[in-house]
Amino acid sequence: MKVSLKVNGKPTSIDAPPDMPLLWVLRDVLELKGTKYGCGVGQCGACTVHLKGSPVRSCQLPVSTLQGAEVTTIEGLSPDGSHPVQRAWDEVDVPQCGYCQAGQIMSAAALLAKNPSPTDAQITAAMNGNLCRCATYHRIRDAIHKAAATSAATPSAPPATTARPRQAGAPRN
Amino acid sequence: MTLDARLDRRQFLRVSALAGGGLLLGTILDFGASTDLLAAGAPKAPGAEFSPNAFIRLSPDGSVTIIAKNPEVGQGIKTMLPMLIAEELDVDWTTVKIEQSGLDTVKFTNQVAGGSSATPNHWLPLRRVGAAARAMLVGAAAQSWNVPASECETASATVTHRPSGRTIKYVDLLERAATIPAPELDKVTLKDPKSFRIIGTRVKGVDNHAIVTGKPLYGIDVSMPGMLYAVYEKCPVFGGRVKSANLDVVKREPGVRNAFVVEPAGTDLTGLLGGVAIVADSWWLARSARKKLQVEWDEGAGAALSSASIAASAAGLAKQPPQRSLRKDGDADAALASAARVVRAEYYYPYIAHAPLEPQNCTARFADGKMEIWAPTQNPQAARGLVAKALGLDEASITIHLTRGGGGFGRRLMNDYVVEAARIAKETGTPVKLLWTREDDMHHDFYRSAGFHNFTGAVDASGKVVAWKNHFVSFGDAEKFATATGNPPFAAGAGIGGGEFPARFVPNYALDASVMQQYVPTGYLRAPGSNGIAFATQSFIDELAHAAGKDPLQFRLDLLAAEIPAQQPQQGGLVASRVRGVLELVREKSGWGTRKLPPGTGMGVAFHFSHRGYFAEVVQATVSKAGLLKVDKVWVAADVGNQIINPSGAENQVFGSVLDGISEALAQEITIDRGRAVQNNFTDFPLIRLAQSPPVELHWNVTEYPPTGLGEPALPPVVPALCNAIYAATGKRIRSLPLSKSDLRWS
Repeated sequence: MKVSLKVNGKPTSIDAPPDMPLLWVLRDVLELKGTKYGCGVGQCGACTVHLKGSPVRSCQLPVSTLQGAEVTTIEGLSPDGSHPVQRAWDEVDVPQCGYCQAGQIMSAAALLAKNPSPTDAQITAAMNGNLCRCATYHRIRDAIHKAAATSAATPSAPPATTARPRQAGAPRN
Repeated sequence: MTLDARLDRRQFLRVSALAGGGLLLGTILDFGASTDLLAAGAPKAPGAEFSPNAFIRLSPDGSVTIIAKNPEVGQGIKTMLPMLIAEELDVDWTTVKIEQSGLDTVKFTNQVAGGSSATPNHWLPLRRVGAAARAMLVGAAAQSWNVPASECETASATVTHRPSGRTIKYVDLLERAATIPAPELDKVTLKDPKSFRIIGTRVKGVDNHAIVTGKPLYGIDVSMPGMLYAVYEKCPVFGGRVKSANLDVVKREPGVRNAFVVEPAGTDLTGLLGGVAIVADSWWLARSARKKLQVEWDEGAGAALSSASIAASAAGLAKQPPQRSLRKDGDADAALASAARVVRAEYYYPYIAHAPLEPQNCTARFADGKMEIWAPTQNPQAARGLVAKALGLDEASITIHLTRGGGGFGRRLMNDYVVEAARIAKETGTPVKLLWTREDDMHHDFYRSAGFHNFTGAVDASGKVVAWKNHFVSFGDAEKFATATGNPPFAAGAGIGGGEFPARFVPNYALDASVMQQYVPTGYLRAPGSNGIAFATQSFIDELAHAAGKDPLQFRLDLLAAEIPAQQPQQGGLVASRVRGVLELVREKSGWGTRKLPPGTGMGVAFHFSHRGYFAEVVQATVSKAGLLKVDKVWVAADVGNQIINPSGAENQVFGSVLDGISEALAQEITIDRGRAVQNNFTDFPLIRLAQSPPVELHWNVTEYPPTGLGEPALPPVVPALCNAIYAATGKRIRSLPLSKSDLRWS
């Protein structure tokens, strides 16, 4: 089936099976590997992209629904990783394995576009559909607050840490 | 870990072999020898690189490249190991480029992500690698100035001659440094830790930028011209094989290039299992064609197995005399007969899946008798061996490239998906990417083994533990178990050690074991063994504390009051003072026993020693009268020695491990029906989500011991600490996981 859509602002034509999900169009037809497969049933959020700015699970969107769609992927969020959410994710050092983080970042960016200064409860509501198997959830929350603060051009709070600093004079080998 | 610098090379090798990390040390010595060759043979032309050893490359453009040799699956090793080298090489971290090595057993050993072993195994050796290169650069500077090397110092890739103040950058020394003989690694001078400028600082993951911009880093992202895509259907009953399949129908499906039956290579469940491969132009087409696949299976001996039949067998074995004694101290039965209070309890934990978020995948290309593999494996050397054996190839003809892994948790220590991809590629002659579905991953894991602990314990009138018996029922080779000598043949990850706590600390102690025949493949899930054993042991200790009428935290301190050294320190050889240290720290930080909690809220404590790390954890949990559980907060006290190498990565590992343990306890279970794993996806095998994740407060207890790893040891204690908190909140004792199967209502 032939479909015309916009991916990361670029008009794109594809010819793919009508039931092929957008996820596999992005990954295997357009070679945009940033959007990830985790479950295939809309449960993990690793495949999250924006459809006209709203976060969607690309594993649940077949080609037959994509005519005229405007899709933004992690590769299109910024040309160089300079989106405040991407910067915050790096600075807070969120990733462990990193596999889910493109989906997390897309969900977070959509949240902040709608709500520039979300509360903890609003962050939880917006992010609860994105699984992180490494459970980087604390830092995901911290990074969203940091990105919100950066976007608002206010001085950001020092990164939260609960680790105790090295004890002065502690013995070493 | 400290090796005596006076030892000669032969003694050094012998000692290191005894110390367990010896292969690595040995190889570093070997490569130290080849360093001489490299240096002698280095090109003298201007503009040459200086490559003092297999880990470091200094280039004429001023760049510093450090090779990351170990598989990265989220544990942060690609950042942390190069930090050790960069510190002693004395270059600025911001100038360092990291390059991931593939499997190279000539240059490296220990290219494995497992056992939280990388930190203790590399702490000194990789610092020595950096220091040796630094010594060669200092030697070159001293030679060019005609001054003693001892008058020179380094910082930020620059050598300074202290008396004269002259300086020269490393980049201007490359040619001369290549002519300086490489020092012996065990004789190089290491930095005083007080002068560390990289170790101990918060260093971000080296792949962060690539991750947040969606660059292709993972195995699943591998792509190359002419590559086809494969799916592989195996028998839902573990180890079954294909009788017949409707290949003709499948081959007529759109985009399908090939479909064929694969015969198993032997009967080993960790090897190449039989199945049907479908190869197509895209993964989606391969997956779509699979829906038309019909296979008649020979399901084999496990087809009648169910969770209920396993539980019934375990209960039957628990009533029988144990098949083996693993340890016996004193006379537990006599002590039980005369004790003030006796407690009996049976504990159970289920099979659980690893479920790393990146489904199993591997890309392989077979051409001209050579197999090239791109894999997110935690254990590439084992992968090469497995492929060689199953496909009849020479190991020398197999190349393995390491991709970043989207989570491992021990799943990718097994290389079933690698041998499957290689087998398919050998058949097709084209590059092939095999990708499993999430359902494949749930149905064909090497699960955390289920386990059954049957405890009897007793306290005397003063509340002291006087007897401890455990008849542990697990899985293994049922025929050989009772009679085998040496290590009992437990299934992988399903065993227990004779030193398991509270061995040594209770005068009358008996640990016995029986096994059921293994049909379900088991393996190594983060903190293997410990992740179940800690739940059972630390929950039962809690029961004894309450029977004794003691505070559960003080009860544990009392149990550990004496320092009783282990006869074999490598096997469960915990140091009591280190446990007491973390228990006392977590008591202080959590406000244990000092806060009045509302009805339905309780605090629980547990500790566990595993992977050389000491962790004590307190959980506060609230259970509503209707039985809804909320984990309010977790306090962690950790002792992993004298140096947290990368605090940012270290915190990540601890926070992740703690939430991972809660995730396992809440609702994770793989059940077996008709020999098959029942669960399919995250719908029925749920992972913890943001809304369920409590705050975690971490405190390091810095001690004088050398640093140890953090991939695993924070996980085991959180499970019993949570269950003990539920008891404190509701009076309900949790003896079976997951918690979703327990009725927590109270009134």
